[in-house]
Amino acid sequence: MKNEIPLWEVFIRSKNGLEHRHCGSLHAEDAEMALNNARDVYTRRSEGVSIWVVESKHITASNPDQSAELFEPANDKVYRHPTFYDLPDEVKHM
Amino acid sequence: MSEAEIKNLEEQFEAKIAADEKIEPKDWMPEKYRKTHIRQISQHAHSEIVGMLPEGNWITRAPSLRRKVALLAKVQDEAGHGLYLYSACETLGISREQMYEDLHSGKAKYSSIFNYPTLTWADIGAIGWLVDGAAIINQVPLCNTSFGPYARAMVRVCKEESFHQRQGYEIMLSLCNGTEEQKQMAQDALDRWWWPSLMMLGPTDAASTHTEQSMKWKLKRKTNDELRQQFVDQTVPQADILGLTIPDPELKWNEETGHYDFGEIDWDEFWQVVKGHGPMNKKRLEDRKNAWENGAWVREAATAYARKQNDRKSKSA
Repeated sequence: MKNEIPLWEVFIRSKNGLEHRHCGSLHAEDAEMALNNARDVYTRRSEGVSIWVVESKHITASNPDQSAELFEPANDKVYRHPTFYDLPDEVKHM
Repeated sequence: MSEAEIKNLEEQFEAKIAADEKIEPKDWMPEKYRKTHIRQISQHAHSEIVGMLPEGNWITRAPSLRRKVALLAKVQDEAGHGLYLYSACETLGISREQMYEDLHSGKAKYSSIFNYPTLTWADIGAIGWLVDGAAIINQVPLCNTSFGPYARAMVRVCKEESFHQRQGYEIMLSLCNGTEEQKQMAQDALDRWWWPSLMMLGPTDAASTHTEQSMKWKLKRKTNDELRQQFVDQTVPQADILGLTIPDPELKWNEETGHYDFGEIDWDEFWQVVKGHGPMNKKRLEDRKNAWENGAWVREAATAYARKQNDRKSKSA
């Protein structure tokens, strides 16, 4: 549609020590307004201590059609996990 | 794509849902799944937005500052819920503008409960108690629905909704503990909102055309009649605490089933309101369109401001 107001993705850090997490999106003309709107829409009950907004068009996403080639190779690399290695029971905490 | 390929994709898709896996926006989905979700999520969003109107009617006349801040916060929540849902719906490829257009043209529906008037302050109590009560019953199962963005939006909505019901019930409680006239006001509000609240949970299972498919896609986890029974069972004892009488002479505890039996719903009225002939259909849509059109200058100003800021930045760079 013509003149649609840009879409932004909103990420909130709920408290220090935790990562920012995607919580939804909203429309706003610029970054400052997006931030203000995000505050009103997504943090009405102290859900956050920090907000990131990024215009949705700047996000590059992987294609679900390629999920197999991207993620399946990891499945047969069990040697990347600690349980792959056999150790005697006497060795504790390793 | 050949028909066989599509059939194969559909089978994988159904298996995924059956295994309680979520569907995310970029995943392949049958066209019917997309369309049904656009219809339901946008309708849900519209209900939140139109739902602000009957309550907004009483913000300036709330009987105390305490009631006023609570009602303001509730109406603001409805706006927020509408926005969560619109953005969830947009991930299915429909634009926000298109959704607004469909609401304003009457093509898209919203919950018919909002086509009843709020005549007295007690209606604000009854809406919180009954309408939000019924909405919660409807919405809690949706937190587990198959479409990821919808389920996530519903988790947020449900977290916020219980305050709405409690503030409504508290209003009813104050009125019922007040003067005879105030208690009468509460009873009158219950009399008017009871049946529309039961209708709000949707047509009977026998008349509901979407139920079977929606159950399969986990857009529904319980049928309309099951949800309605749950609502009645939960609400009758709450009315007893208030000392109010539910306007249904056939309402009776059934020892055998362990549920309340209740009277026949006037489905003619329901369909009349759905078709646009309720007491407030015209007014609600008019108010909504006015709000959108009269707010156009704000959107234009925001666009102009953002452009100006941008120009300034690129000049100074």
